[in-house]
Amino acid sequence: MSQPENQLRPNVPVSPEPLAPFPQEKPDTLRKIAFDKFMKNKLAVIGLVVLIIIITAAICAPLLTQYNPNNQELLKKLQPPGSEHWLGVDTLGRDMYTRLLYGARVSLLVGFSSVTVSIIIGTIVGAIAGYYGGRIDNFLMRTVDVFLSFPSLFLLITLVTIFDPSIDKLILAFALFGWTTTARLVRGEFLSLRSREFVLAAKTMGVKSSRIIFSHILPNAMGPIIVTATLNVGIIILAESALSYLGLGIQPPTPSWGNMLQDAQSLTIMYTAPWYPIFPGLMILITVLAFNFVGDGLRDAFDPKMKS
Amino acid sequence: MLSYIIRRSLMAIPLLFGITIISFGIIHLAPGDPTALLMDPNIKPEDKVAFMEKYGLNDPMHIQYLKWVGNMLQGDFGQSLIRTGTDVSYLIVERLPNTLFLMLVSTLLAVLISIPFGIISARKPYTLTDYSVTFTSFIGLATPNFWLGLVLIMFLSVQLGWFPTGGIATLNEPFSLWDRIHHLVLPAFVLATADMAGLTRYTRTSMLDVLKQDYIRTARAKGFKERRVVYKHGLRNGLIPVITIFGLMLPSFFAGTVIVEKIFNWPGIGLLFVDAAFQRDYPVIMAVTVIAAVLTVIGNLIADILYAVFDPRIEY
Repeated sequence: MSQPENQLRPNVPVSPEPLAPFPQEKPDTLRKIAFDKFMKNKLAVIGLVVLIIIITAAICAPLLTQYNPNNQELLKKLQPPGSEHWLGVDTLGRDMYTRLLYGARVSLLVGFSSVTVSIIIGTIVGAIAGYYGGRIDNFLMRTVDVFLSFPSLFLLITLVTIFDPSIDKLILAFALFGWTTTARLVRGEFLSLRSREFVLAAKTMGVKSSRIIFSHILPNAMGPIIVTATLNVGIIILAESALSYLGLGIQPPTPSWGNMLQDAQSLTIMYTAPWYPIFPGLMILITVLAFNFVGDGLRDAFDPKMKS
Repeated sequence: MLSYIIRRSLMAIPLLFGITIISFGIIHLAPGDPTALLMDPNIKPEDKVAFMEKYGLNDPMHIQYLKWVGNMLQGDFGQSLIRTGTDVSYLIVERLPNTLFLMLVSTLLAVLISIPFGIISARKPYTLTDYSVTFTSFIGLATPNFWLGLVLIMFLSVQLGWFPTGGIATLNEPFSLWDRIHHLVLPAFVLATADMAGLTRYTRTSMLDVLKQDYIRTARAKGFKERRVVYKHGLRNGLIPVITIFGLMLPSFFAGTVIVEKIFNWPGIGLLFVDAAFQRDYPVIMAVTVIAAVLTVIGNLIADILYAVFDPRIEY
């Protein structure tokens, strides 16, 4: 009975060495899966590349131009695009290309900072509402409803007329009206996550609420938060440009893509320099489009229901 | 149904309360006292006291708030600081119909353009047609509408002379329908683009969802023509969620009117608001803000009620 096994099947040679271990590949982390999915989305990758170019150009603005954004050469005013001034010269004789580069700094700064502030406020409010529920939730969500039913541009303009607009006040004002969507979203995520086993486990082990909220639940809700943050940057850049165009946002001489269009409504420009409004508008369009593509790509990447 | 309408309407009251509190709060954040804005700084102190007394500015905050709300409920929004002696309510009554008219036409335009495109997209998902519609709506979503307005005025009005550059009608000419329409085309189109992108995407998603349902397959199995299946059986249910989206889009629609009216010099409350903002005409600013917010709340209310009317599956 104690025959070696191979004698039953004499044709099979016995390997003298032990079997090579099964290749122990590490399973892909969620982050890697999301990353791979994102990289397969062509539009999202294009958007990301465009954003990286724009951000780099904004940071390196002084290296990319020989002009000063506020230097006026009145003799050259409204000179059309050419080899000397690539995108032409504005009504005060300033180089448009240079102002676009420096304007990118302002628009991106306002976009990123307001979104950061509004995401922080929104996440805290949403987390508290979703985690504790009950009356707190009810009160906070009704507050969100009030903010959401306001046409926020009206309140923004009102705020701006009361406090003269400066970049930091504009950022705060945008944040004040941008946090509500995040709050709703985070609340929803928390509502569904708070009854999961890992949260119950943490609770039974006596982990403090603040720790459960920030180190147990929040990391699981990060995906959707990053998606809204990305999309919101685009929305805020659009809003900032509209306010600045109206003359109620970033004040000249600081260039912003919106306030560069202020002069464009004069009939002389419309008759004689139709190239004038094209580039600032295109920059806004391209940047916002890129943010939307990246945001959409991230949404698909983080969504486990979507097949890669 | 009636009880749902009543309950839903009661829910709007805390919203309105919050809106008025925030508006009132913001205006009182203004540094310095109101007299500093209005009056000669060399005014005699006793005149200043008399002024503060006359306008109730010495009252405690909550009394001022209640007075303000009470006056508004009676349609009294105070007087313009810049056009002295003019009631704010008069300015608004004069301008509001123009804004509502512009909004109505734009809404119709947005619906007539985006719903068919949404349906086309949903009927042939993941085809070239679908991708082109989606891509176009992405572009629409990212285009600043003030810039679109500027560019359209520049090319179509100034260079080609097809449309007037602004205003609601030719000055000093008798009313003519054609003239009105001529002035309306560009602003209505630009305002409509603001919401077209979103509307197309929602219609597409909603129709995609509906067209997958069993009853659609049943209708097809019965041998109905595709047109009938999509437009009669599918569309009815597919459009229900789109109604709610309308309510949610109202705030951005109002924001759009501010910008479009400014660019096209359209005499509505948006233009009134921007002009007042530059002149720091606070009573006008407050009145327009509150009215826009109240109209938004009412719009949402109507959207919710319509939703319940059209979708009997909703329990109330």
